[in-house]
Amino acid sequence: MSLLQVQQLTKSFGPVDVLKQVDFSVEPGEVHALLGVNGAGKSTLVKILSGDYEKDSGIIQINGEEVHFTSPSEAQAKGIAIVVQEVDTGLIPNLPVVENLTLDLTVGGKNSRPISWKKRRRIAKERLAKVNTHIPLNQLTEDCTLSQKQMILLARAVASEAKIIIFDEPTAPLSDHETKQLFQVIEELKTQGIGMIYISHRMQEISQIAERMTVMRDGKAVAVYETGKVSSEEVIQTMLGKQLHKADYHHRKISGETIFEIDHLSVPETGKQVSLTVGAGEIVGVAGLVGAGKSETANAIFGVTNAKGKWFVNGHSVSIKSPSHAVNAGLSFIPEERRKSGVMIESSVQENLSLPALKSFSPAGWINRRKEHQSALQQIEELGIVTSSPKALLKHLSGGNQQKVSIGKWLNHDSNVFIFDEPTKGIDIGAKNDVFRLITHLADQGKGILYFTSEFDELLQIADRILVMADGEITDEMQNQEATEARLMTAATGGNAVETAEYKRLSATGRP
Amino acid sequence: MKQLNISDYPQQADLKERIVNFFMKFGTLLALGLIIVFFSLTNEQFLTYGNITDILRSISIVTLVAIGVTFSMIVGGFDLSVGSTVSLATVASGALLVWHSQELLVVLIVPLVLGALIGLINAFIVVKIRIPDLIGTLAVMYIINGVHLTYTKGYSIYGNMPMPDGSGTAPGIFIPAFQFIGQGRLFNIPFPVILMVVIVALVHLFLNYTRAGRLFYMTGGNKEAARLSGVPVNRYRTYAYVISGVFAALAGIVLAARIGTGQVSAGDPLLMDGVAAALIGYSVFGAGKPNVIGTFVGAIIIGILLNGLTMMNVPYYAQDIIKGGILVGALALTYFRKKE
Repeated sequence: MSLLQVQQLTKSFGPVDVLKQVDFSVEPGEVHALLGVNGAGKSTLVKILSGDYEKDSGIIQINGEEVHFTSPSEAQAKGIAIVVQEVDTGLIPNLPVVENLTLDLTVGGKNSRPISWKKRRRIAKERLAKVNTHIPLNQLTEDCTLSQKQMILLARAVASEAKIIIFDEPTAPLSDHETKQLFQVIEELKTQGIGMIYISHRMQEISQIAERMTVMRDGKAVAVYETGKVSSEEVIQTMLGKQLHKADYHHRKISGETIFEIDHLSVPETGKQVSLTVGAGEIVGVAGLVGAGKSETANAIFGVTNAKGKWFVNGHSVSIKSPSHAVNAGLSFIPEERRKSGVMIESSVQENLSLPALKSFSPAGWINRRKEHQSALQQIEELGIVTSSPKALLKHLSGGNQQKVSIGKWLNHDSNVFIFDEPTKGIDIGAKNDVFRLITHLADQGKGILYFTSEFDELLQIADRILVMADGEITDEMQNQEATEARLMTAATGGNAVETAEYKRLSATGRP
Repeated sequence: MKQLNISDYPQQADLKERIVNFFMKFGTLLALGLIIVFFSLTNEQFLTYGNITDILRSISIVTLVAIGVTFSMIVGGFDLSVGSTVSLATVASGALLVWHSQELLVVLIVPLVLGALIGLINAFIVVKIRIPDLIGTLAVMYIINGVHLTYTKGYSIYGNMPMPDGSGTAPGIFIPAFQFIGQGRLFNIPFPVILMVVIVALVHLFLNYTRAGRLFYMTGGNKEAARLSGVPVNRYRTYAYVISGVFAALAGIVLAARIGTGQVSAGDPLLMDGVAAALIGYSVFGAGKPNVIGTFVGAIIIGILLNGLTMMNVPYYAQDIIKGGILVGALALTYFRKKE
């Protein structure tokens, strides 16, 4: 009998079926990996198992007993614990480690006896020992490293006598050494008969730690493999399913002159160095999975974070220590978090559109409001922004139209280089096509485009050259004609990134 | 018309919506109108020229403080130190006149420079060290209060006063040219009223029609988005605190000229009135954000209330209750539908 048995699990959000009759099981002492591209249904499955969502239909059995969860605490009571990816959401930062480790004693205690700190410390120590970790108990949790925080969560999960522990991309923030430590603990937990579900994109780790893997695609569990009995190419092909045809890409002629270059840029948040060039009129895509360090790199290039390195615009070295330096050097940035950092939702369309180039509307300091209004009307027309008037507040516009404003505001500014970070996030297909047209149009005018995204099919459609980023570093580079989703995925998952012969074979077979 | 048609419902909903919108936009002005009508009906002295100029003169100082507060609010900050800055400027101009017999120009410039310095200190604490604005400027408020009390040893300053250290009487007096700022009249209009109206108009033009004014608003609207659009947001936040300090110092000068003494702690009550005026201003014309015309209206409402209530013999200590009530009402108009 399996420890966990899931049969015909179904879940839909409104009209969208996110899980379609999924079968899945975990044996005692087994690590079962869960793979799939963004939106394949992995997190929905895991959230149902941990009680975050309720299932629509299907059966979940633990040790043969059917269970039904309506809240996370019910799942915990049945022995399912999760080590979340966002470790900070599970911990209270301003409490010492000892209190976070024994939070159940504070919250779940039925009597109001005074807390015995001696006992607390002893329990906390025991719990840490079970995961082979030592963290100073009086240290504030906010001062812990990510790996330490993860271990606190794991220690808590083990202490709750969980039979099944879910790991959501646990190694993404860890160093090699910390990853090794985590794997030792996982091996230890295996011997205790605990079953584990392991979500990851990293093929090498999965083959190292997991017994079996289930590949999900479009809400279905499409294949179950035993590790060691399948090649990573086959797994990636299964993840991607049918290859996307690339008919949409039109080969564009690029002058070949470099318009923008960064040389050994140290990105503070990833601790890695990045070098890249963009030609005039070239659309350079940077592909990477969520958490690969794309946004961090984009922010560093634009001077948002304090990065060190060399920038060259049109061959001239420029120093970029803040976004205003970047703007003056002729860079434009369309950030991922649109409402947070791309546009002013409490201001009007007109005020948003004129902001970066406000100087050109106010040569002597006085804003020429008529000119500003005319220019806004023209841009609304050209970009197809749907709004009742240029004076409408931006918060009343749809996401796609807000994104057009977020891009459009840079068009008045004399920019050479446009940096896009996930520009199609949260916008509908119509707006997406408008955004693509706009980007191609900018490139046709000789601008350089840097396009960061985790949606690989978008790059196959629009990018002239594609760089792949994994763990903050560029692991592969190819012209659009050489690119396949399989090759992108292989490089992005840290698969055999340097064996070019392998790629050629994949490219040859992966093409429609 | 007994029967309701189905088509009546959307119109009713529309009407309700329009009424709500009307109150959001004009509720505060309506309240101002009602207050004026009420006081003029209950007291025949209320609507006389003399009383109106009295009200305007009394609010001129609060308005100056409130404009400074408005600037700090526009960039998304807060300045609690304005009251103590007013006190310091009042004492400084008094000390320069009475203890040091200085000329008019010096008596004007030194307090203004002090105000600007306090603004820089606030900016350093809030923008550079990143102490939250409410706490940081609260600390500065204490420091400035202490500084001006220490400087005067707790004594108020008046013409030819005995020196605090016992070394005879002070050489100077409050010269007439200085007193004109607070007590003089041009075309039979009190000078501080003219000063207030001109400054309100200039600040309004500045905030709404110049690039710098727009960038102040953008900085407060969304600091991160403004920064990513190339706006040097920290510079504008610094400017805002400096402007706030300068306006508080200007208010202190007018206050000293008005009462003819350098009164210690004279600015204390102005902090809350200034903040209240700026906050009431959010609701005027449904602006939903700090704006100088709204601040002016807020100061007028507070001034009229104080004047009218005093005429009705409501004790001053009870007036705060009504001030607070008006503030809650105005904020309700602003925030009631913001959640959506």
